[in-house]
Amino acid sequence: MSDLIHKSASELADLIASKSISSEEVTSAFFDRSVELNPKTNSYLYLNRDTAIAAAKAADAALANGEKLSPLHGVPIAVKDNLTTTDAPTTSGSKILEGWVPQYDATVVARLRKAGLPILGKTNMDEFAMGSSTEYSAYGPSKNPWDLTRIPGGSGGGSSSAVSGHLAPIAIGSDTGGSIRFPAAVTGSVGAKPTYGAVSRYGLIALASSLDQIGPVSNTVLDSALLQDVISGHDKHDSTSLPQSLGSMADAVRSADVKGLRVGVVKQLDSDAFQPGVKACFDDTIAKLVAAGAEVVTVDCPSFEYAIAAYYLILPAEASSNLAKFDSVRFGLRVIPDGNPTIERVMAATREAGFGPEVKRRIILGTYALSSGYYDAYYGSAQKVRTLIQQDLAKAFSQVDVLLTPTAPTTAFKIGEKVNDPLAMYLNDIATIPANLAGIPGMSVPNGLAFEDGLPSGVQILAPAMQDAQMYRVGSIVEQMYLAEWGAPLIAKAPKLEVL
Amino acid sequence: MAKEALMPYEQAIEQFEVVIGLEVHVELNTKSKMFCGCANIFGNEPNTNVCPICIGLPGSLPAVNKKAVESSIAIGLALGCQIAPTGRFSRKNYFYPDLAKNFQTSQYDEPIASEGKINIELEDGVVFEVLIERAHMEEDAGKLTHIGGATGRIQGAEYSLVDYNRAGVPLVEIVTKPVYGAGARAPELAAAYVHAIREIVKSMNVSDARMERGNVRCDANVSIRPYGQTKLGTRTETKNVNSLRSVENAVRYEIQRQAHILANGGTITQETRHWHEDRGYTSAGRPKSDADDYRYFPEPDLVPVQPSLAWIEEIRATLPENPGLRRKRLMEAWGFAELEFRDVVNSDLLDQVEATVAAGAAPQAARKWWTGELARLANSQEVAVQDLSITPTQVAKIQQLIDSGELTDRMARDVVAGVLAGEGDPEAVIEKRGLKVVSDDGALIAAIDEALAKQPDVLEKIREGKVQAAGAVIGAVMQAMRGQVDAARVRELILERAK
Amino acid sequence: MSEITPDLVRHLASLSRILVTDEEVATLAGELNVIVDSIAIVTQAVKGDVLATSHPIPMANVFREDVVEPSLTQESALSAAPDSAEGRFRVAAILDEE
Repeated sequence: MSDLIHKSASELADLIASKSISSEEVTSAFFDRSVELNPKTNSYLYLNRDTAIAAAKAADAALANGEKLSPLHGVPIAVKDNLTTTDAPTTSGSKILEGWVPQYDATVVARLRKAGLPILGKTNMDEFAMGSSTEYSAYGPSKNPWDLTRIPGGSGGGSSSAVSGHLAPIAIGSDTGGSIRFPAAVTGSVGAKPTYGAVSRYGLIALASSLDQIGPVSNTVLDSALLQDVISGHDKHDSTSLPQSLGSMADAVRSADVKGLRVGVVKQLDSDAFQPGVKACFDDTIAKLVAAGAEVVTVDCPSFEYAIAAYYLILPAEASSNLAKFDSVRFGLRVIPDGNPTIERVMAATREAGFGPEVKRRIILGTYALSSGYYDAYYGSAQKVRTLIQQDLAKAFSQVDVLLTPTAPTTAFKIGEKVNDPLAMYLNDIATIPANLAGIPGMSVPNGLAFEDGLPSGVQILAPAMQDAQMYRVGSIVEQMYLAEWGAPLIAKAPKLEVL
Repeated sequence: MAKEALMPYEQAIEQFEVVIGLEVHVELNTKSKMFCGCANIFGNEPNTNVCPICIGLPGSLPAVNKKAVESSIAIGLALGCQIAPTGRFSRKNYFYPDLAKNFQTSQYDEPIASEGKINIELEDGVVFEVLIERAHMEEDAGKLTHIGGATGRIQGAEYSLVDYNRAGVPLVEIVTKPVYGAGARAPELAAAYVHAIREIVKSMNVSDARMERGNVRCDANVSIRPYGQTKLGTRTETKNVNSLRSVENAVRYEIQRQAHILANGGTITQETRHWHEDRGYTSAGRPKSDADDYRYFPEPDLVPVQPSLAWIEEIRATLPENPGLRRKRLMEAWGFAELEFRDVVNSDLLDQVEATVAAGAAPQAARKWWTGELARLANSQEVAVQDLSITPTQVAKIQQLIDSGELTDRMARDVVAGVLAGEGDPEAVIEKRGLKVVSDDGALIAAIDEALAKQPDVLEKIREGKVQAAGAVIGAVMQAMRGQVDAARVRELILERAK
Repeated sequence: MSEITPDLVRHLASLSRILVTDEEVATLAGELNVIVDSIAIVTQAVKGDVLATSHPIPMANVFREDVVEPSLTQESALSAAPDSAEGRFRVAAILDEE
């Protein structure tokens, strides 16, 4: 049975569909492993055997009736804790929401249920997805299965740690500036941020509404593609949800062909700012693509220089407004200060106690960026930078099919290393942020271990808006090149969690 | 807090020029709320018309009600506004427990309608032009109830309760430009303006327009300045003045209060004020301050509204006639005396009278039915006259039968009673109740002769020119014939006898 | 640059309804100054006329029909509230107005 947990989601789905194994057996295997290992990894904030097994049994029953609800029918999944679930508390990694059981399911959660995927539990994250390490979670950091003293990336470190540690075959993440892709890179897994609007945000506890996008986390490109196919599609509850279908990502993966591929390397993201081992892995990926026949050109995106600055104005501004609803009235924490306090004081005391330092920092920064007298200079300029970045990308994509960058500037750093230096933490997202600002799809695929520390590195593939299929196609090409070299996915090189 | 010192009104107007500005909030009568599918209904059990969106649960997102946008465009058009080719929603950020998200989704720099105007006619026929700056869409807040302390007021309350049924109900806020030159008539004009807006949105059926339910609410800005001064005076904003009388009184009070302060060398504080209807004064609320930094920014969860010209014209085609213009037209067409016409308007019976006339009745006859007999019946049944189960067509039919002599007035009243009792159309009631004018003059003449025999001096009096003497005989004949004769015919026959 | 003064932090915290101690004000002012200094370059990024992008994927006129959909029950609406009474959310007295 231990072999089961190392299988990919698509392999498990095939076994379940052919009734070689039941969803209940698969779900139990992952559940038992999660219960055993979660104390080490802190991947999950909440696990519920009853609801997971009940869903697995329902999936098995449906299959017995000849109903296969989706290509991932019966495969258990982990869900980031910023998606609402009616059968599990949803905290978004914050004390202010401790114990809140939502009155509705997020659209993505409803689609998972409808597609026959049992939900194992809710994964840890930086509070309200603000962070790159899960160290800003109110419930302690998750650990990187490659080295438990290191971060699994953030904000979706719970999902990346669960998937790379085989506590779940696949997971749902959300990506505002890299929260799916950065964790995937530093844990040797795959993660994709679809085009903005491809997946409904209804039920995703908003960080920055114009940047947030839900996406898949997995150990193979095909698994992410299958999962994106399950969760994407128009939703009338999200006015920014795309009206059209972007096609099947799984089909794109299965028909991937390097022939005629034009790849761009962004001049501004090919610098010494990257850890040498990460840079070496990236150069190796490019060399492999050239060897396989791809055309590689360098493209110029001068406004990327302003991406982080624009991002750290837009995100806090939107977040300051999105997080205003946490006021102790309708849900969540209420802290009553001494004396005979007014509601104003109750709200202020609750938000003081319920929000962590990074959240407060960003709320106050965002309030500043929006306040009268500063709006035009800060928020206004930041929105214009988005336009410039879109223009740079449009120009780049007129020459190439996809852009490749290292996903993260470094491999996984030590827990505690950057936690008190917000600015250093912000720089982790240097390569991932432009995709969110421009709304384009981006994914991270493992591309080796850095020579200095033997830790995983990832390559980021960016495609034009709506061309998620193109991104998956190239993701698959890269994956296949490394599979040919390694004989197994990178994740197979990870140490066994049981003995760590 | 009590009444402040006031300058006598005439004196205030003599010394100061008055400038007013009005913000009217109109609650739309859409079936569902502005951004979610909850019912837009007044008076349900608290927190039963609520969902994750309108109570602002984490993760929920708004979706714009198309009908609300159409109604907003229609209001803009009715006020002569330009409709913006592109508009968007913004967030107005401030904390208040009746505001579920602690921001109001509203419109800021790109309202759906702007630059309109409306003529307001005062009671004596004087007309003022009021310029409209903008009309924009937004959502209503929930309802707070203050418990403990005096008379449910916020001050001294021990705690408050929040009901979000109203949260997210669509609103259109109509903002005027500063209104100059109304002088002593500013308070009257303010009330007439609110009345006109109320009438317009009601005629369009985009709002129930019931002020007592808060469907139409007014914030009144008042400032005064010495004549000749070009700079506007500091204004106060009196919030939530929710009846026409209050609007007039609150504006008048503010003029007198501000005049007293300025005349005594004081300065006006820019602040919101509250109108106390019961005792007729305004009191200071929160002064304008940094706390009013609403940090507006474009609502990222909603996309822009870009109405096409075709859509706008489609909406324009559905607009009813402006109520003021309609009244003018009908008054001329019907030739009523002013008092008669006002009676119809005040009883809200224009629609009924117009439809009755359209169905063939003479205007005066139609008016008399609705404001007379039918109003009396409605009153005795304790229902609104508009709710009586008789149609203008039926009323017109009955009147037609009177005109042709087939029904007497008294029989006609019986027919009305029958229609109201659910006996069917006038013809059916006549059939069922056997109500037919007796047209056999033989029987009638016999009855007249019998009556004349009992009052022998009547014919003599008529011959002497006292025609009214016929009345007594007519009464007797009608009684004898149980009303089923035409009184006019009886009179005719008596006069013939006297010749 | 250091434009984030302790008074400004206090004001911003009050606008965002977050209670802050003097100690926190000092820390936040320091941190925010560093951050603001590093992100102030956006003000130099844009030369000439550039439209602002508020939505990464341009769309317009997304509406829902005016149709009533089921609401939560009162019990469910209040189920997560820290305090409720008489079918309503209960909050401490409001100082603010009047």
